[in-house]
Amino acid sequence: MIPEIGHFLLITAFAVAIIQGILPLWGGASGNLQLMAIGRSAAFTQLLLLVMSFACLVFAFLTNDFTVAYVATNSNSYLPYWYKVSAVWGGHEGSLLLWVLILAAWGGAVAFFGSHLPAALLARVLAVMGWLGVGFTSFILFTSNPFLRLLPDFPLDGNDLNPLLQDIGLIFHPPMLYMGYVGFSVPFAFVIAGLIGGQLDSVWARWSRPWATVAWCFLTLGIALGSWWAYYELGWGGWWFWDPVENASFMPWLAGTALLHSLAVTDKRAGIKVWTVLLAILTFSLSLLGTFLVRSGVLTSVHAFATDPARGAFILGFLVIVIGGSLLLFALRAHRLKSYIEYSLVSRESWLIFQNILMSVAALVVLLGTLYPLLSEAFGAGKLSVGPPYFNLLFQPLAFLALLLMAVAPYIQWRSYRFQPAHRGLYLVAGASVFLGVLMPWLYFGYVTWQVALAFALSLWVVLSTLKNMFSKIVRAGLASDNLAETKIPKRPSLSRSYLAMVFAHIGFAVSITGIAFTSEYSLERDVRMYPGDTLAAGPYQFEFKGVSTKVGANYSAVVGSIDVQRNGKQLTQLRPEKRTYRVQKSSMTEAAIDGGLFRDLYVALGEPLGDESWAVRIYYKPFVRWVWLGAVFMALGGAFALSDRRYRRIQSRQNKVSSMVSLRQVSTVEQSAKPL
Amino acid sequence: MDKGINRVWKGSRRAINMAYGILFWGFLAIILLLQPAFAGIDIYQFDNVKEEQRFRDLIAELRCPKCQNQNLADSNAGLAKDLKDRTYQLVKEGKTNKEIKNYLVDRYGDFIIYKPPFRLSTWLLWIGPLLVLLLVFGVFIRKNLKTPKNQAMDISLAEQQRLKNLLDSRESGNSETSRHIDA
Amino acid sequence: MRNKAFIYLVPFLLFIALSGVLFFALGKDPKLLPSAKLGKPFPEFELPSLHKPEQMLSKAQLTGEVVLVNVWATWCVSCLVEHPMLTKLSQDGVIIHGLNYKDVRPAAITFLENHGNPYRQIIFDEAGGLGLDLGVYGAPETYFLDKTGQIRYRHVGIIMPDVWQNKLQAVYQALLQE
Repeated sequence: MIPEIGHFLLITAFAVAIIQGILPLWGGASGNLQLMAIGRSAAFTQLLLLVMSFACLVFAFLTNDFTVAYVATNSNSYLPYWYKVSAVWGGHEGSLLLWVLILAAWGGAVAFFGSHLPAALLARVLAVMGWLGVGFTSFILFTSNPFLRLLPDFPLDGNDLNPLLQDIGLIFHPPMLYMGYVGFSVPFAFVIAGLIGGQLDSVWARWSRPWATVAWCFLTLGIALGSWWAYYELGWGGWWFWDPVENASFMPWLAGTALLHSLAVTDKRAGIKVWTVLLAILTFSLSLLGTFLVRSGVLTSVHAFATDPARGAFILGFLVIVIGGSLLLFALRAHRLKSYIEYSLVSRESWLIFQNILMSVAALVVLLGTLYPLLSEAFGAGKLSVGPPYFNLLFQPLAFLALLLMAVAPYIQWRSYRFQPAHRGLYLVAGASVFLGVLMPWLYFGYVTWQVALAFALSLWVVLSTLKNMFSKIVRAGLASDNLAETKIPKRPSLSRSYLAMVFAHIGFAVSITGIAFTSEYSLERDVRMYPGDTLAAGPYQFEFKGVSTKVGANYSAVVGSIDVQRNGKQLTQLRPEKRTYRVQKSSMTEAAIDGGLFRDLYVALGEPLGDESWAVRIYYKPFVRWVWLGAVFMALGGAFALSDRRYRRIQSRQNKVSSMVSLRQVSTVEQSAKPL
Repeated sequence: MDKGINRVWKGSRRAINMAYGILFWGFLAIILLLQPAFAGIDIYQFDNVKEEQRFRDLIAELRCPKCQNQNLADSNAGLAKDLKDRTYQLVKEGKTNKEIKNYLVDRYGDFIIYKPPFRLSTWLLWIGPLLVLLLVFGVFIRKNLKTPKNQAMDISLAEQQRLKNLLDSRESGNSETSRHIDA
Repeated sequence: MRNKAFIYLVPFLLFIALSGVLFFALGKDPKLLPSAKLGKPFPEFELPSLHKPEQMLSKAQLTGEVVLVNVWATWCVSCLVEHPMLTKLSQDGVIIHGLNYKDVRPAAITFLENHGNPYRQIIFDEAGGLGLDLGVYGAPETYFLDKTGQIRYRHVGIIMPDVWQNKLQAVYQALLQE
């Protein structure tokens, strides 16, 4: 009964989404405030319905309802209950339901926080979100219904969740990632609403910025989490494979990063409007394209969903309508967007535009590399593979250029750069970065290559010059407040949150690049046959294989290896890698054992028995690998700082005051929207 | 009484040990039976570090034709093992990386290498991003060097004033706004 | 002005082109590989026959006539599915040679005793060396050789009766006509 209710609620949500897509839009066109107001209540209703529908599916999983086909293929009565909950999004159908739920949550958030927006604009934004909801909900209902029953011949027990997914990573990674993907639908909806209404001044950029920032933070963390998960779960010690599915998440991230920066120009200087509008469309389009690539089966990937051409055709049709429609709307309306700002070649505007160019080209590289096999085949040039060697080669110069420019970013003002004597210290910073960039890796690792030296020197260049800028700001603010102390002007915090946001994000980027450079160059890998008592040296570490024992888990049994790790003769830790066999799927899994640290990971995976009690053992020494994710955490933290900046808090506190004036203002904005810009 | 408990305890311990033993050997048997599906850690012997590095680089850059999307190094498939063995053999024979890649491309096509060759049908892939980068940078710099300064500045100021009015009318009482524009 | 308006249309046009490519890719199996050996001579080899270990087979045994070389093994479930079709083809006069790929000799012989032997010669490729030279990436695969011993076509997967009728028969007939 519960699954049927869930199905019914989903259908109802679909109907509500249609209402949300039509009535507010109509209201916006005709100036009818009541129709516009329907947008908000529809968004809340849709969210409520989807939460309940989702809860029904969770319930089916928790109660082992194997009459539901989706539950039967993705769960098992022996599965621990927390994996039963996360198994809800472990397959195609359920993860789509999660996607729609999150879309509705973003819609609800816009409706909730958007009360200070002009009514016509809010109505249009919610209508666009409504149409996105219609598209995805119908996709679920027509091609991928998770509530379908297997009656009367249902299995007594389920097929179990894929062992690779039975991990804490599945609990957090997809929701995070989807929050990011779907979050970009909000800036997208703002743009489309603006294009429909013919109203896209730079105020739009101010409203979209916090939404884009939140989405970007989630996406950053989601990607980092996925990378970390792959690192410890797959047993190959790799953390990024340039797999189509990973690329599908990386493209919106690159475009989204560009969007954050171009929104700054549009918000503060009313510049590059056309480009920002296009970028907002493209960022969400890349999210949608990612969904297509992951779920249509056109590309082979390690972690693609079970695929089906009918689904692919549906999404492609949806893509053509949404992306094609938006780009056509853009083509028709873009000439109305005018930016007359003036800036010199060395100015903050230019710098942000350079950043945009680099990020967009990076996104283009990923797009081209991911789709080139399809292009090549479509034009009869044969099958080929584009993989890590291609992406690494092309990303290197882009990352280096980005770092080079990023370091001086805090010093450059809007409009035009005036050299100040205080900036002379930058030469010293540059010199120190080059010197230390070569020396430090050489001292630490014993040798250095030019790529590592360059990457590290540039990272240092960014970190040091950003910190220098920050400290000189603090000192200056300190001096100023000393002078002001007598005049009783309330002391202001010396550094704004949005400035700190930049500091954190930029340093985070440099930290990630350092991690990538060091771990790519200096990692050691040993695949060896070990008898109990054998030892192996890797760097300053000795690994002694003690033998294996067995272990029985909730739904698996395992062979556990014991490996003592010593450093220079001193016992450090014991690593216990596992080789699990899951009872239901009869598949085996390598659970690597990792001794993590800030400066290095020791990573041990157990292979197969080779006879005479000997085992194949894989041992990695991975220096600085955690810096890759640490940098991402810094970047996300930067995003959080940006969100807590004063101007957004002020909007929050002003909200009450404003809402009392809303009815009056709504009328005036309706009038405005009727006029072409 | 104590003895009785002891005996039961010992007996049950033996039973548990036996159960574990059965489980362990049964499990080993399963492992051996299911061999091809298991994580492939293959053991190869090398004369020197350079040779080993060359082999590792090669199997990281070669794609397993049978798998979803994995290089030979990460794949557990039987075919990946065969190809690794052949690559090892060729490395040991002293073949250059280029010869080894050609050898495999001869048999499995371009699909087997993750780094597509540069040729007529792949120029867009290799040169495309660079062209776009140069073009966009070039256009941007040219445009900004050429714009007549004063005239544009006037328009810009006018636009800013208009914008300021617009913002003020929308976010009444927000002095922050105008400061941002001027900042 | 008109010029500018066209520039704004570029993203749309690029996207339409892209969706054309994506549409083309839909429903194709991305795992299906074309053979790199088409138009090239069958590789040289020296391997024992399945039934008579002492008898060595070589490329000479495969040339002179239009033949099919079918890669199979007892561990390959699809090969069993394909078997009746191969039997029918050989009864119809199609010459099929077997390449017993990475198999165990007694198991392969028992398999043929149970299900019949559609093959004229069976090459026993225990180590998979010839398979690798051919670019085999999974059984069953069937290679079409012309009279000079050149590889002219490769079919990956089971030869279903409809596949033979709709496609493979024509390929085979064309080779016979040459």
